[in-house]
Amino acid sequence: MDVQKALLNGVITENPTFRLVLGMCPTLAVTTAAGNGLAMGLATTAVLVGSNFLISLLRNFIPSKVRIPAYIVVIATLVTVVDLLMKAYLPALSSALGLYIPLIVVNCIIFARAESFASKNPPLESVLDGIGIGIGFTLALILLASVRELLGAGSIFGVNILGPDYPKALIFVMAPGGFFSLGLLLAAVNRFLDYLHRRTGGLI
Amino acid sequence: MGENLFIILLGSILVNNFIMSRFLGICPFLGVSRRVETAVGMSLAVTFVMALASLITYLMQVYLLDALGLGYLQTIVFILVIAVLVQLVEMAIGKFSPSLYRALGVYLPLITTNCAVLGAAILNITEGYSLLGSVVNGTGSALGFGLAIILFAGVRERLEDADIPEVFKGVPSTLIAAGLMSLAFLGFQGLI
Repeated sequence: MDVQKALLNGVITENPTFRLVLGMCPTLAVTTAAGNGLAMGLATTAVLVGSNFLISLLRNFIPSKVRIPAYIVVIATLVTVVDLLMKAYLPALSSALGLYIPLIVVNCIIFARAESFASKNPPLESVLDGIGIGIGFTLALILLASVRELLGAGSIFGVNILGPDYPKALIFVMAPGGFFSLGLLLAAVNRFLDYLHRRTGGLI
Repeated sequence: MGENLFIILLGSILVNNFIMSRFLGICPFLGVSRRVETAVGMSLAVTFVMALASLITYLMQVYLLDALGLGYLQTIVFILVIAVLVQLVEMAIGKFSPSLYRALGVYLPLITTNCAVLGAAILNITEGYSLLGSVVNGTGSALGFGLAIILFAGVRERLEDADIPEVFKGVPSTLIAAGLMSLAFLGFQGLI
C-alpha cells in the first residue's frame, strides 16, 4: 500500500465521518469552531497512528480472546499521553475540548482500525492507514466546524467573514445545529461522492 | 454536603441530557434506536452499568488514585473498571435472566465503548460530586439517555415509511430528526 492509496482511502473511500459514520460524539460535540475541530482531529490522528503502530507490532503476541482489553490498554495509554501533553503545552485548547480528550479512548474509529486493519497488517502500512484515516477525520471535522462557525458566528478559524452586521444564527453553535449541519452535510457530501464515483468510472 | 440531589437528578435527565445536549452516546443512539423494544433493553442495561460504574469509579478515584497521587492514570483505570463491570453484568444477566440476555444480545458488550459511561464517570469527578451525588448523576444521565433513545425510536419507526429524497435516506434524515428533538430538549434549559 503506497502513500497515495492510503490517503485516498482515508479521505474518500473509507472516510470515517461521511462513509463509515463512526466517532459521532466528538464530531458533533467539538465542532462549534473550526479551530476546535482541527485540534480534535489532530489529537485523534496522533492516537490513531500510535495505536495502529503498536497494535500492528503486537499483533502476533496478543491472543485473540483478550484482544479487546489489550487494545483498550494500548489506546488508553496513548490518550493519556496526548491529554497530558495538551494540558502542558496547549492549556487553552485542552480546556476548550475538555471532557472529549479523555473520551478519545472510546472513539469507535480507533477500535475499528485496530480490529479491521492494524491487527492484520505490518507496522508501516498500519501507520500509513492511521495517517490516511486521521486526515480524513480531521478534514471532516474542519468542514463541519467551518459550516457551523460561519453560520453561527459569521467567522471561520476566528476570522470574521460575513461582516459585523451578520445576524448570528446561534442555533448552529448549539446542540440542535450540530445535528442539522451534520445531517445536511452528510447528504451533500455523499451526493458529491456518488457523482465523483460515476464520473471517474469507479476510480474514486 | 451542599448539593441538592433532586437538582442533580433533574439536571442530568432533562437539562444536560447526554444525547441531546452533551453529545455522549451518539453511536448506540443511532445504532439501537431503530425499534422501541431494543431501545428499552439498551437503556435498561446502560442504566444499570452507569449507576454501578459511577459508584465504583468514584471509590477508585478517592481511595486509589487520589490517595496514591496517581491522578494521571484516571482514563486507563476508569475504562478498565467499566470493561470489567460490563463483563460482570453480562455474566450475571446470562446466569439469572437468560431471556433478557438473549434480548440484549450484542448490545451488552458494546456498552464498554459507549462514551456515555466513561463520560459520566469523568464528569462526576470534574463536577466534584459526592459519592451519593455521583450515583444520582450517573443514574439520572442514564435515564436521560434512555428517555431520548426510546422517544427517538418511536420517531424512527414512523420515519421508516416516510417518502423522503434518496440522498437523505438513512443517517442524514435520522440526524435531522435528532436535531428537531434536540431543539425540543433545548426548552428545558431554563428549568434549573
